[in-house]
Amino acid sequence: MKFSRHKKLAGAIVGTAAIALLAAGCSSGSGAGGSTKGATLTYWASNQGTSLANDKAVLTPELNKFTKQTGIKVKLEVIGWNNLQTRINTAVSSGVGPDVVNIGNTWAPYLGATGAFLPYDSANMKAIGGQDKFVATALATGGQQGKTVTSVPLYGLAYGLYYNKKMFSDAGLTPPTTWEDMVTDAKKLTTGSVHGMGLEAGSYTENVHFAFITAEQNGGQLFDSAGKPTFTSDAVVSGVQRYIDLMQTDKVVDTSNAQYTNGTEASADFAKGKVAMIVNQDNAGPNLTADGMDPSAYGVVAIPAPAGGQQVSSGIQGINLSVFKNTKNQAAALKFVKFMTSAATQGVLGKPYASIPVLKGVTPTFTSDPVIAKTFSDIYNNRSKPYPLVPLEGAFETNVGNALNNLFATVATKGSVSTAQIKAALQAAQDKTNAAG
Amino acid sequence: MAVTTERPTVASRTPGAAAPKNRKRHLPGGWLPFALIAPAVILEILIHIAPMLVGIWISFIKLTQLYIANWGAAPFLGFGNYQVSLDFNSALGASLLQSFAITCAYTVVVVAISWIIGMAAAVALQRAFRGRAIFRTLFLVPYAIPMYAGIIAWKFMFQQTGAVNHFLTQIGLASANHEPFWLIGGNALPALMTVAIWKTWPFAFLMLMAGLQSVNEDLYEAAALDGARPFRQWRSITLPGLGPVNRVLVLVLFLWTFNDFNTPYILFGVGNAPPQADLISIHIYNTSFQNQSFGLGSSMSVLLLLFLLVVTGIYLLVSNRRAKDNA
Repeated sequence: MKFSRHKKLAGAIVGTAAIALLAAGCSSGSGAGGSTKGATLTYWASNQGTSLANDKAVLTPELNKFTKQTGIKVKLEVIGWNNLQTRINTAVSSGVGPDVVNIGNTWAPYLGATGAFLPYDSANMKAIGGQDKFVATALATGGQQGKTVTSVPLYGLAYGLYYNKKMFSDAGLTPPTTWEDMVTDAKKLTTGSVHGMGLEAGSYTENVHFAFITAEQNGGQLFDSAGKPTFTSDAVVSGVQRYIDLMQTDKVVDTSNAQYTNGTEASADFAKGKVAMIVNQDNAGPNLTADGMDPSAYGVVAIPAPAGGQQVSSGIQGINLSVFKNTKNQAAALKFVKFMTSAATQGVLGKPYASIPVLKGVTPTFTSDPVIAKTFSDIYNNRSKPYPLVPLEGAFETNVGNALNNLFATVATKGSVSTAQIKAALQAAQDKTNAAG
Repeated sequence: MAVTTERPTVASRTPGAAAPKNRKRHLPGGWLPFALIAPAVILEILIHIAPMLVGIWISFIKLTQLYIANWGAAPFLGFGNYQVSLDFNSALGASLLQSFAITCAYTVVVVAISWIIGMAAAVALQRAFRGRAIFRTLFLVPYAIPMYAGIIAWKFMFQQTGAVNHFLTQIGLASANHEPFWLIGGNALPALMTVAIWKTWPFAFLMLMAGLQSVNEDLYEAAALDGARPFRQWRSITLPGLGPVNRVLVLVLFLWTFNDFNTPYILFGVGNAPPQADLISIHIYNTSFQNQSFGLGSSMSVLLLLFLLVVTGIYLLVSNRRAKDNA
């Protein structure tokens, strides 16, 4: 009697994982909105502003404009990045979700592969204003390689190297143009409690971007033409090594950065003058201002490649917009996508969200500094490459990003990692990625 | 367990003889007990059994991110997921094995130390003294604090510039500017254990304190007269007296600790548990939800279920037999 009860208890506790799996099938989510034509759209927005409430405040006036123009109401929900992917996956697996959703553009290939999103075929593309309005490289992130895109670019972002102007001029330095220069400068600027560079070394989403950028600079590829991961190729391993070495051998990054996980600690250090350089996407501005740094105190250049390397400084970062295939308001949803990707709306949202225009011929509004605007536009349009457009991209981000987190943690706590350890970590990440396909 | 249906007013009746007769009279048609139990059974099936069966089914299919929109299309793999999980030469199998070993160590340390602290506190508060109620309340604080709040406080204290390192620097166990890391690297597991013990021991204390109420005080007096010292008293009177409580307590602590998800999840953050503190529940979660290999994750869950069933079964067999032998 007692025995079977405890067995049940054990089963119940272990079954939690199973319950969680089932919960994916019945968890709540906003319903698919009103079913009558032109009624109400449900829209899940990602967190682009300084808080979820800020996003709501920024988006609501625009949504009201849309309602005024079309008579279609929009029910807005802003979802934090820590929840968004799970919420989308839940919606995909249960078939109960919003009509329109923001996605991280690197999720586009795998979400496209699930078949849950409406493909922007020629008719749908025409309904949102035609593909020619988009910057071609931005639109290329919309889905799997060689397939009809299932998302269109909404906000463009790019990485840049932010440097403290005063620290550079005091040390008689000019912004670096090669990786080697950057390291030399950073070493010169590392004195006492000040470090040459700051990194979000505990954030897997940040780290994985640099695994990509350094591999691209080395002329390497993360996936072969068959879509299989090639994380242990020399170009990838030596790229990761170069990145880790900023903390390990160059010692221009403080070991405490191995615990920087939420994407804002390094920029806070930069604003306080504790580090001379950070690598950040172009939306650092609002955070730096909030931390007390005047925009005139910093400059931005492209993250330099090693001498002789490929001039790649960023992935094509950004947010894309997708429509769920099972929406009952397809025409209304496409109108909404057209509205959000119109020059007028982009102009308004570009400033608070510090986003680079994804439309051709639109003036950037994300910064008042024309030099910085030009720098980022140049990086985005000329020095960026799309992340691998394969369904395993998501698994690549998780596994390689976490492998880099752990390598930094090892450097911070034990002092060093060998090239062999880096290769082994990338091999393990590759095996796990393969298992996800 | 026997259902007593007699009314308390009928005091003179012998309960044993009267009960069966009464039960028949009070339950016409026999449908009432089924109707009363039906909601519980239905909910049990819906909440416990059905998800478990779904989980077991998922463990046999290749449910990855590509099939989440259409589970039915996921290819059937048979024991394929299990083969991958148990292939300890591959990265996946090796990391599962490592995670399992870490979880075993974590469980043993957390349960043992929680039990020892709980027992010590319960014994210390066994005899009435002035201020006992204050201590009882104080000891239960970690158990009463909302778990998230408590663990987040620990997370702050374990930062490199946090209270723990400040304290260690003050007493000379760490040097300023070279403070150790607690939430990454090799120290992460001891840090995790510390938090788990902090939140677990009050439960052991509570259970043991309740158990001690049933130990006859006279036995201590008699033992003291016979010259038994406190430790001997504890070993020969307290411990046997707490036998039934301990059997349940250790089992429950073991299951809770082995399956602990909240502590590492909150302490390290989503997906940030370092490999040195990769508990199996987090490992399965990451496999399922971060890597989106739901089939693999489910196969690991099923393996974990089997392991816990075997351990629980053996534990109960052995402890029940020992209890009978002692009786």
